[in-house]
Amino acid sequence: MNALKVKAYDLRQDVLDIIVSGGGGHIGGDMSSMEIMLTLYSRMNVSPENQNDPDRDRFVLSKGHCVETLYAVLADKGFLDVEEVKAQFSKFGSAYIGHPHNTLPGIEMNSGSLGHGLSVCVGMALAGKMDRRNYRVYTLMGDGELAEGSVWEGAMAAGHYKLDNLCAVIDRNHLQISGNTEDVMAHHDLHARFAAFDWHVIDVADGNDVDQLNAAFDEAEQTKGKPTLIIANTVKGKGASIMENKASWHHHLPNAEEYAAISRELKERKEALLHE
Amino acid sequence: MNKIANRAVMCEVLKEAAAKDKDVVVLCSDSRGSASLTSFADTYPDQFVEVGIAEQNLVSIAAGLASCGKKAYAASPASFITTRSYEQCKVDCAYSGTNVKLIGISGGVSYGALGMTHHSAQDIAAMSAIPGMRVYLPSDRHQTRKLFGDLLKDNQTAYIRLGRNPVEDVYEENNIPFEMNKATVLAEGADVLLVACGEMVKPIQDAAKMLNEQGISTGALDMYCVKPLDKEGLLKAAHGKKQVVTVEEHAPFGGLGSMVAQVISANDPKRVINLALPDSPVITGTSQEVFDYYGLNAAGIVNTVKKALEG
Repeated sequence: MNALKVKAYDLRQDVLDIIVSGGGGHIGGDMSSMEIMLTLYSRMNVSPENQNDPDRDRFVLSKGHCVETLYAVLADKGFLDVEEVKAQFSKFGSAYIGHPHNTLPGIEMNSGSLGHGLSVCVGMALAGKMDRRNYRVYTLMGDGELAEGSVWEGAMAAGHYKLDNLCAVIDRNHLQISGNTEDVMAHHDLHARFAAFDWHVIDVADGNDVDQLNAAFDEAEQTKGKPTLIIANTVKGKGASIMENKASWHHHLPNAEEYAAISRELKERKEALLHE
Repeated sequence: MNKIANRAVMCEVLKEAAAKDKDVVVLCSDSRGSASLTSFADTYPDQFVEVGIAEQNLVSIAAGLASCGKKAYAASPASFITTRSYEQCKVDCAYSGTNVKLIGISGGVSYGALGMTHHSAQDIAAMSAIPGMRVYLPSDRHQTRKLFGDLLKDNQTAYIRLGRNPVEDVYEENNIPFEMNKATVLAEGADVLLVACGEMVKPIQDAAKMLNEQGISTGALDMYCVKPLDKEGLLKAAHGKKQVVTVEEHAPFGGLGSMVAQVISANDPKRVINLALPDSPVITGTSQEVFDYYGLNAAGIVNTVKKALEG
């Protein structure tokens, strides 16, 4: 039993509480990307103690609307107080807005408009190469986000500059606000598309599995001369059956009954893990 | 006539800075030649990043570099870096608070006959509307050198528009009054105040001279700092004048004229006349032909002032 796997369910409860308290949030993508962010932060060389160290690892949440999961993970790492986030999220005058903002500790760049994170990370990775620093740079994108043309400008530059200190992850949950990604704007063979841009591409069959993600991040670290893309096949709304694989839960606000059902199932799944 | 373009001066200043500071980096989008930065790229290849024809990427990469401590100077034609990359300027530079200097080269109608795709007549309005974005249009090579010298010392984003062609000197080599974010007084006068930025400064300097010779006491102000606009300097210079005339190489909305009128009307109401490019694609021609056609030259400014005083 992996403690992170259990923690992912505790933090999903935090995310649920943050969203319900704030009166809105992007619950579907939050839940699909939980293990990705949690696994990353368990590995990255970044903490409240070294957050200004030029050698720290960097993470940019390109799919900025999944900030609720980032808040929960940053709180778990000691950057934020989760009870404060729950109390203040989206409230009048709050610092905890619905997208990442770098006035908060642990957040490198502001995001929310899609298709920025990868290019920003190319700049961060180039700076690392210029200064001969060993930090790594990570970004998380949504699969719907890949329709933004700027993503491909960034992908082209990362391949061109052979940025092996850069690793991008796609939260491949196959759903976006209007439905299935392949119906909205087809990606076809994402693996081949990024490989054609000179990336090393890793497919993770279960992007909600911490072990599989760790293996992929290990492989990314060992890959030289190319940036790495991890296609993490996830389940949108992962954690409770009423919201799993449902596009309508992209930013659905659970009512009291749904809140109770989700909380109950999160607890059950956590218990099951504990007894594995 | 001066033969050195402002963009060439920028390259000199950045090379001098790069020699002393490895964190000074320049980025281009297949625009090193247009930006006069080829010699920077050749001299400091490790401090130069080519992103290809991808202006959105140019600005985001610059922001990423800046977030890691680099002093990033991203140079691309003014029309593209401001409007095509507008969101990257807003989010990755201004909103995220990164030290990216956005250099809009061949600004205004510098590209002449290449048409509206290459003209930047919206850049002042667009960039000024972004919270935290500063907007500078230096008037000649001497002021360009002073401005870049000061920009290298700060750590906030800014947009700087430079023209393509060499422009006549406004200042003399040994007399370049310059204070960051303060307008420069070019001429004192009692009745009329002329205010301009960028390539329109020389015409107002000449127009003020002609008007003063004709007995119309005219002051002139070089408002190279369009944002933050030097309100104090403007109000001081406008005090007691019968009218204010602004001149800019920009669309008639949201630029220097709009901002000057806003300050004057709120604090010291009087007639403010805005001379600018039309609200339409401009006529085909060189910069000077275009300026002459729309009265954006010394003679046109003199005529406007005299007509207004009569009316």
